[in-house]
Order: sequence, then structure tokens, then C-alpha cells
Amino acid sequence: MKLNWAVIGPAAAAGCGLALAGILPSVVETFVLVDLTAYIVMSILALSLALVWGYGGILCFGQSAFFGLGGYAYVIGLINLGDSTIPVALGIVVPMIFAALLGYFLFYGRVGDIYLGVITLSVSLILYNLINSGAQFKIGSAAIGGNNGIPGVPPINFPGVPSSQLSYEGSFQLSLAALVIIYVALHFLLASNFGRVVVAIRSNELRTELLGYDARLYKLVTFVVGAAIAGLAGVLFANWGSFIGPTVFSIFFSAQIIIWVMVGGLGTLLGAVAGASIIQAVTTWLGSNKIADPNIILGIIFIVFVLLVPKGIQPRLADWLRSLSAWRGSSGKLT
Amino acid sequence: MDFFAVVVIQVVYAIATLALISIGLAIIYGMMRVINFAHGEFLMLGGYATVIPTHAGINLWFSMLVIAPVTIGLFGVVVERLIVRRLYGRVIETMLATWGLSLLIIGLVSWIIGYYQEGAAPPLGSILIGSYHVSTYTFFVILATSVIVVGVYVFFKFTPHGLIAQGTMQNDRMAAALGVNVHKVYAVTFGLGAALSGLAGAILAPMFGVMPIIGITYITKAFIVVVSGGSLVIGGTASASVLFGTISQIVTFATTPIVGEVALLVAAVLLLRLLPQGITGRFFRRGL
Repeated sequence: MKLNWAVIGPAAAAGCGLALAGILPSVVETFVLVDLTAYIVMSILALSLALVWGYGGILCFGQSAFFGLGGYAYVIGLINLGDSTIPVALGIVVPMIFAALLGYFLFYGRVGDIYLGVITLSVSLILYNLINSGAQFKIGSAAIGGNNGIPGVPPINFPGVPSSQLSYEGSFQLSLAALVIIYVALHFLLASNFGRVVVAIRSNELRTELLGYDARLYKLVTFVVGAAIAGLAGVLFANWGSFIGPTVFSIFFSAQIIIWVMVGGLGTLLGAVAGASIIQAVTTWLGSNKIADPNIILGIIFIVFVLLVPKGIQPRLADWLRSLSAWRGSSGKLT
Repeated sequence: MDFFAVVVIQVVYAIATLALISIGLAIIYGMMRVINFAHGEFLMLGGYATVIPTHAGINLWFSMLVIAPVTIGLFGVVVERLIVRRLYGRVIETMLATWGLSLLIIGLVSWIIGYYQEGAAPPLGSILIGSYHVSTYTFFVILATSVIVVGVYVFFKFTPHGLIAQGTMQNDRMAAALGVNVHKVYAVTFGLGAALSGLAGAILAPMFGVMPIIGITYITKAFIVVVSGGSLVIGGTASASVLFGTISQIVTFATTPIVGEVALLVAAVLLLRLLPQGITGRFFRRGL
């Protein structure tokens, strides 16, 4: 029974993903696809923090640093090389190296939770300042552009063939495929020995260490895997908007990622995807209707969830469903 | 020689600014072991509470030294009552809730006041050192910071409330058992931290201007100072400010202010590898 569930979840996700990727492009308008692509990219980013914070218990407040680094590494590589194959790899590897370096100092120093959160956020804010003021810098033939960012990024192309570029439909399908693959892979990663140790460290670090596992190493690897996923999301984001700018490092963006994961529920994967999509939909709707400054709404959502729904939506729903079925079960016995 | 004097003044000024923007955060952290993510917005509101009354015709010094700290201090007490108190003992949730508050305040201020607000020019003019002009206000910032740091020291060391607060920091359960109203101590200390943040924002407003997102430019430095300083309010703030102020200002002289900021962060990460509890986790443990 238990094994069944572990397979049904990912299989269902893969099936839904395949169906959507096949059917949607021929059913809906292109601009809807483009919107959906953004939600998918943000969901991938949310999954990266769901792994690092939700399962690993690593309080990373600056996940946007890896997202932005991935995006910038990809764009700079692409402008210099003209073919997207190596830049996509760069967009994943550069954040991983950066995370490995930063993580080494933080985890091997055994820095506490609060410090970890504050330092990771500071890293992303200082990257923002650095890129924002770097108007005059050029890396190869790519101008960083400072505050203006780098516009006009060419689309991802078929590996090795720069002329066969992805259309909007192709980008949608690629992003959706990435989301499904990452979701399924995380499922299996968390069910593996490695994943169980990671979750054990979150529950009780000392006890896990006494059982012979090096918590520092496990945290570091989790952190680096999270950075790789965030970097890939950054690549897809730059591809989605043909643009990358310093706002990906801003405190508002970092806060959003935290809000997605928190609203969805810590320690869930599907919740993170749902949280990212819902919050993204709300802020886009508010932004396009100019009802209120999105920061007001985000701030209120943030405070309300911390105070009233600290476990997030998905665990709440699960509780509710459980109590409903328990109630139905007991009423069945009575009659 | 003149140049050397100017460099020294700039380094001391950098140290003073760091200590000034961090002391309010450090008091709240030292007391409740919580990083107040809305700290930057307390500073920002302090700036507005100076500039707006000044444009309404009130004396600049009165707005800066009285209106700003009192308003923001009271605001801090309200925040403690409405949000922080409900999450007492849950450190991560408290940080997240204050982060939400920070977004909310930024959103409200940019909605109500807008992105443009005329600032206030630094008063006092400038003095000449050799062939270099140095703003007299620089000296005022250094002086004000020294007075604040000494004042906080005297408060915690010699006043009854300060001693009770210090005892509560060290062992809140014991303090409660001895009849101290811990909640009241927390509220007052949070208010004090907020008031000092407001005052810092007010003092710096003529130098850096005011806008809804000005807080973000302050918080990175304040976070790093408090985290690297460790749990002691004065010792931590002072030692980390001296260390990082010197490093970042010297790098700034050699390159640009942004690279100076990067150097500050790199130094902090290296330092935390060696001293994960911050400077005062290892040294000056018995101080304040």
C-alpha cells in the first residue's frame, strides 16, 4: 500500500504533465501559455526552496541569489557563445559552485539558523547592489547593464543547432517537462536513503549525528542541489522573458519565494507548487488591475499565514480531509 | 597629513554609521534572540518622521531628536503587542512575521506618500581641514553615535529598569520567578530598540535622503554587524562596527562603495566560519 502511494503520486504528476504539454498548446491562446510558463518557472524555484527549507530545515532566505546567478550565467554565456547548450549547463553549475563555497563556510562553521537566514539574505541583497551598480561592466561581449538588466536574450535552441530556436509553445513544454522531472526526481530523492537522512537531520540533528551521519555534509549537498534547481529556474526565467535584471536578487523577490513555500506548507512538494501558482496569480492580478501596491498584499498574506496558518495550506487541507473521513467513518458506524 | 586626517575621519564616520544603524537591532536581538526584519523600515519611518515635520515648519533638531524616536518607539510597542508577542519563543516565525511587516510598511508608505519625498539638507555647513572640505554634520553623526552607545551602556548598567532587562536577557524564567513582569520588560525593550532605530534613521536622513525602500540599503549592514557581533548588545555592536567599518571604508577608498560592501560581507562570512557565535560568543563574554 505504502509503495503504491510512493509510485502513484509521481506517476500521476508525470501523466498530468504529459497531457497538459500535449493538449494545452493547441487549445489555449499563446499569451495564456506564456503566463502559464511563468507560473511553471516560479513553481520550479519554489520546489528548490521546498527541498532546502521544507525538507532540509535549512533556513535559506536568499534562494533568489541562486536563481539570479543561474539566469545571469546563462544569459552572459548565451550572448558570448550564441548557442544555448553550454550556457544552460553554466546556469546550473555556476549557482552550484557558489552554493558549495557559501555552504562550506556556513555549515562547516555550524552557524545557527538565524545567522544562516540573515547571511543568505544579505548575500542576495549584496549581489543586487553589485549588479545594479555594474552598468559599465562587460563580461566578454555581454554588457551587464546595471539597473537596466540585459534585454533581448535569444530563446533556447536545440542542442548544437543555434538556428532551431524554441517557440513560445516549445518553451512552455520544456518548462513543464523540467517541472515534472524535478518534481518526480525530488520525490525519489526524498524517498531514498539520502533523503531520509536529510529529513532526520531536520527533525533532530544531534541524534542523526550520533548515528554516524555527518550533518554538515548532508546539509551542504542539499543546499547545492537546491541551488542547481533554482539556477535551472533562473535559466528558464531568462528564456521566458528574454530578459534578466537585478530585481531577481531584490528583497521582494526573496520574500516571495519564502511566502510561496510557507503558504503551500513546509515539508510538501505539491504545496510549494500550489503556493507559487496561487501567490503569483494574485500578485499578477493585483499588478495588472492597480488595486493596491502588491507589497501591501504580500505583507498581509505573510503576517496572516505566520500567525494563523503556520503549517500552510496543504497540511491544513490534509488535516481537514482526515477529520472529514474520520467523521464519516464514525457516523457510518452509528447508523 | 591633511589627507591622512580626512581618511581617519571617514573611517571613524563609517564605524559610527554602522554602530548607529545597528544598535536598535542589536538591543532587540540581545533581548529576544530575534532578528527584526522590519528594522530597515523602522529606520525609514524615522527618516520620514524627521523630514515631514521639518517641512511643516518644525525645527529640524526637534523633529530629529524628539519626534522621530518617540513616534517610532511607540510604533515599536504596538508592533510588539500585535505581532511579536503572539510568537514568543518561536524565533523563525517571528522573523518571518516581521519580514511580512516590513513588506507591508514599504507598501503602505509608497502607496500613501509615494516614491518621491523632498529630503532635508544636512545642517551645520562644512569645515576646512587643510585643503579638504569635511561636512560638520559628519562630526555630529560621530558625536551622536557615541552619546547613544554610552547612553545605552549607562541604561543597562546603572538604571533599575536596565538591570532588570539585563537579568531578563540572561535568564527570563528566573526573572519571572523573581516577580519581574517579563512581558512588560520585552515590550519596553522592543520599544527602546525601535526608538533608537527611529533616531538612527532620523540622524541619517539628511545624509541619505528618504524613500520607501531606503531601509533595504541599511539592513544588509545592520544584519551583518549584529550577526557577527554576537549576543552582547554593546560589545558586539562596537567590536563588529569597528572591524567592518574599517575594512569596508578602506576597501571603499581603494575601489568603490559597492566593492566595500562586498568586502564587508566576505569578511563576515569568513569570520563566522571561525567564530560561529559571533565575536562576543568567543571574546568579551562577560561584558554587556
